[in-house]
Amino acid sequence: MEKVYAGKTVGVDKEGYLTDLSQWNAAIAMEIAKEEGVELTAKHFEVLSYLQDQQRKEVALSIRSIGKSGVVDIKQFYELFPKGPLKIASKMAGIPKPKSCI
Amino acid sequence: MEDKSKFPVKKVLFICSKATLESVYACFIMANGARMEGIESEIFFTFFGLEAIQKNKLDHLHVATVGNPAMHMPTMIGGLPGMEALATKMMKSKMEKLDIPPVGEFLEIMVASGVKIWACKLAMEMFDLKREDLIDDVEDILTVGDFYGRAEGQGTQIIFI
Repeated sequence: MEKVYAGKTVGVDKEGYLTDLSQWNAAIAMEIAKEEGVELTAKHFEVLSYLQDQQRKEVALSIRSIGKSGVVDIKQFYELFPKGPLKIASKMAGIPKPKSCI
Repeated sequence: MEDKSKFPVKKVLFICSKATLESVYACFIMANGARMEGIESEIFFTFFGLEAIQKNKLDHLHVATVGNPAMHMPTMIGGLPGMEALATKMMKSKMEKLDIPPVGEFLEIMVASGVKIWACKLAMEMFDLKREDLIDDVEDILTVGDFYGRAEGQGTQIIFI
């Protein structure tokens, strides 16, 4: 599947997660954020960039590991992405939907 | 986009009534998982479930080896000294590998994630427990009526574990 974000056509899965991280850019993140009703700040981008790094290292993400990352604590993570932080942040970061249950 | 015609779950209230490790984890994983989906989530600890929020007990919960057919061991063997400790140790090491936190840390994660923790007033009285026996993160001690009051609103589910 394909979707146009910020004038760029990107590959997405059926839930709207980017299928190729190399197609990601900040404008895409901002447009996904708008769909989710979130206004992105520098802190948001710091978290997104951390998630992308983890994805490149093929580390599975969990709320626990993000809380220990030093980038953001769990409370703040929920404040930044209130409607389901791990899923929504992953979508904005252009990485696959997390499979973790914790 | 939220599809309103589907009446999504908005809030889940869990009643944690047992203190075996497997019941407590079932409750915690479900409650935490709700928050991860942006669903409001609260836990009401009652009866033996209160052990999971007692400062001096929460890190010493055990797996039940007796009366648990899924352990696939004869009840007599499950009852031997040390069996519960052994089964518990095995389960804890497996969980650590899956990045499932220990009970104390799990409670901290849930509270940071916005899960509200309540204790049952009647059960507190039954076990002669005081507020200071419980972890500081307990929001309040509630009656059953107070708890039901928290269930108002469309899209709320109550789950007894």
